Amino acid sequence: MRQLRIDLTKCNYGKDCAHECESACATRVFKLDDPALAALHIRDHGDGTGTTILCDQCGDCVVVCPAEALKRNKLGVVMINKSLCVGCYMCVGFCEKEAFERNPDWAEPYKCTSCGICVKACPHAALEIVDVPEPAYRII
Amino acid sequence: MDIDFTLRTEYHAELERVRASRKVLKELTFTPSLPERGYNGRTLHVDVGTLAVAEKPVTAQMKDVFVGGRGFGLWYLWNAVKPTTRWNDPENEIIISPGPVSGITQYSGTGKSLVVSLSPQTGIPIDSNVGGYFGPFLKFSGFDALELQGKAEDEVILFIDGQKGVMRFERIEGCPEDSHVLAEVLTALYAEDDADRVNVSVVSSGAAARNSLIGMLNFSWFDQRRGCIRLKQAGRGGIGTVFRDKKILAVVCRGPRIKPDLNHVADKEVLAQTAIKYHMEIRNNDPHQCMMRRNGTAHIVEIMDAYDLLPVHNFQYGSHPDTNRIDSAYWQQRCTQRTSDGCWYGCSMACAKGADGLVLKTGPYKGHMVTVDGPEYENAAGLGSNCGVFDPDYLLELNFYCDTYGICTITWGTLCAFVMECYQRGILNLERTGGLELTWGNAEADLEMMHQLARGEGFGLIAGQGVHGMKRIFAERGWGDPALLQDIGMEVKGLEYSQYMSKESLAQQGGYALTNKGPQHDEAWLIFMDMVNKQLPTFEDKAEALYYFPLFRTWFGLNGFCKLPWNDVVPSDNGTTSEPAKVPEHVQNYVDVFNATTGMKIDKDELIHQSAKVYNFQRVFNIRMGKGLRQHDVPPYRSVGPVSREEYESRAERYDKQMREEIGVDPEGKSLEEKMAITREFRMNRYFKLMDSVYQRRGWTPDGVPTQARLKELGLDVFPEVVEVVKAHGG
Ligand code: SF4
Ligand code: SF4
Ligand code: SF4
Ligand code: SF4
Repeated sequence: MRQLRIDLTKCNYGKDCAHECESACATRVFKLDDPALAALHIRDHGDGTGTTILCDQCGDCVVVCPAEALKRNKLGVVMINKSLCVGCYMCVGFCEKEAFERNPDWAEPYKCTSCGICVKACPHAALEIVDVPEPAYRII
Repeated sequence: MDIDFTLRTEYHAELERVRASRKVLKELTFTPSLPERGYNGRTLHVDVGTLAVAEKPVTAQMKDVFVGGRGFGLWYLWNAVKPTTRWNDPENEIIISPGPVSGITQYSGTGKSLVVSLSPQTGIPIDSNVGGYFGPFLKFSGFDALELQGKAEDEVILFIDGQKGVMRFERIEGCPEDSHVLAEVLTALYAEDDADRVNVSVVSSGAAARNSLIGMLNFSWFDQRRGCIRLKQAGRGGIGTVFRDKKILAVVCRGPRIKPDLNHVADKEVLAQTAIKYHMEIRNNDPHQCMMRRNGTAHIVEIMDAYDLLPVHNFQYGSHPDTNRIDSAYWQQRCTQRTSDGCWYGCSMACAKGADGLVLKTGPYKGHMVTVDGPEYENAAGLGSNCGVFDPDYLLELNFYCDTYGICTITWGTLCAFVMECYQRGILNLERTGGLELTWGNAEADLEMMHQLARGEGFGLIAGQGVHGMKRIFAERGWGDPALLQDIGMEVKGLEYSQYMSKESLAQQGGYALTNKGPQHDEAWLIFMDMVNKQLPTFEDKAEALYYFPLFRTWFGLNGFCKLPWNDVVPSDNGTTSEPAKVPEHVQNYVDVFNATTGMKIDKDELIHQSAKVYNFQRVFNIRMGKGLRQHDVPPYRSVGPVSREEYESRAERYDKQMREEIGVDPEGKSLEEKMAITREFRMNRYFKLMDSVYQRRGWTPDGVPTQARLKELGLDVFPEVVEVVKAHGG
């Protein structure tokens, strides 16, 4: 399955990736009118370290969605079927990586689709898209 | 509002101290289990005095008569106490019971626990409905209820680990006692690692609960996105005071990682279909109906103001020109929208808002940056408009300190409003309050009164006795006219009113004063139906509503449901149904969810029958404890009509019109005093007439005692002690 990965030793927290994700993913793909919303977040701790918040396609949210609105696509990426989503936000509450994002209008929440736009935006080659085996569904 | 929540004050030193000084007093093991069809079939009894722990079976009779939640709580309490038991006797219990449906993640609003105890304020059973994760965790650790009895010698923490099947009593030297610190450090202490914090919930109180009758309990959950604990409150009646009196510092439960269907329901398919239909409806209708998902319950502030029902200046008035400073438009940008906002998983009503980045201006935590839960409507109205506080930052600070000190915000709002009115009328002055200038809107004096209470000193200690206690103290000291204090002190049975100005709603007057536990909106919130939706036009409609709705809402407490998803958002075609006030589609949802969980086959009538058993049992329990008759259901006049000249004049047109049209007296030429006396007589009589009809409809004697025939109908005649109480009071 396609997974987005980050090497924090290469990252300088310039957040080009998040900006790119905001303008490309959030506005174009998810049709959100606020480009401050991205499916990829970098939290800079201000001391040279940081945390990235990104979806690793673990599939935990698939298990908790009561409406079967979440499924893996052919590439193994967890995708949301907007027409099935009932807006209960179980996925948002459950994602341990905080990668399922809340939509301020309380429409369908959204998440990273491993599209890779951010990878191209990173000047330090800190991000990559890798192909890894799909995890067995965790019994959560 | 752009707030960097990572700047929130953290309590690392406290955590280290706690870690270093914990001492295990006793450790035991148990076998964790998961419920089947909503029940584990066992409960846990803990004596914190002797550290004895026992498991008890849940009997078929308990399920049949009491269902769960509040029902189990009342049953255990009945067996624990005698008519002579007082709140601070060791035999008094605190029972925490989630109910069979509690913990479901599919349907909205199913994470509640019910907490029952003998109230320090009222002397009768109090029940409080609370979110947070503790109840579901307790249940998924293997217990349908927890009874806490006895009194510890020294402050004790009870830890229940439902993952490992271990229970420990611990003592921690120098442990912080205020909830925002205590729950934070205990969550970190008992979690195995950072990711495990979502599986830990802490029940705690705070410094003020130790020094007052109005203490409440906080139930925590870990908000992963904010990286801090959040708190939900079992606020009413002083259960936190009982908790601190038992010298319990905290009860902590570590549950299994939550996933769907831990309740092992009877029919997953029906549950899923009902849930999906409901979520979809909320998603589509909420933006047009009440924007609960965006604003939480604070959206009611401006509606109440517009309908002249918002409590202002101790319920004297119903609206205020400054309300716009604390209405939902403000909270919408002040509350940080970061998460799914449920106080339990899967609640799409999502009212559990949070305001981040509040830098405290007063008190022991001055300068700390904190996250405040809410504000909820009750807090905005009670701590805000009712006391004339329209500065939102001060309102949040009041809310924060109430939470962390363990004080019921509703109670504090109402008692502070009472104090401020006493100050306005000269019953209190600087000398009597020890220098607190408690004028309307003086939030600093309000906060100082609260800090005094937490420190156990000054006028704060008097305030901590609640409105009922203050009436007595003021009368003893010769402060003010006792009759006036009775009129303006907003309490019935010793419990303070929640935040609706009921003067123009007869149904709500009854909804408040005819309650079992004392005036509280969760039993009969009829003001919206009566005044906004105009669904109760006739006297009979009101009496019928006062029969049905308290019973209907009791049922939520038997099962672990939140009351909000019932009627805040309604189906689009609700208005065309035969009984829109009941929201028939949602009633059917509840029947379906209950049946799908337990495998039973109730219908909407049986739902009411289940509630009626517990409701009438509670009434008899009140009578057994010396309160629960007609004389205890009489409201203070402020709840019914205008006490003061200013109040009459503020609505003179309305009162004059009523005199002309309903009383049949021409107000022309009458003095204000005469008009006030006529209005008072009319309104009190109307209230008593309503009382008669409601008692009759409920199957009670004119003195408010359930009749033996009614007990038989409900199957309560199998309890000889219950029948005896009723007989002794002419029932
Ligand atoms: S663009 Fe690359 S270096 Fe910059 S913040 Fe993103 S991952 Fe880090
Ligand atoms: S959104 Fe969260 S839970 Fe879902 S696949 Fe991504 S990381 Fe896993
Ligand atoms: S919000 Fe939508 S995608 Fe997320 S769990 Fe609910 S139905 Fe599934
Ligand atoms: S509606 Fe609000 S209080 Fe009720 S369960 Fe949902 S989040 Fe909790």
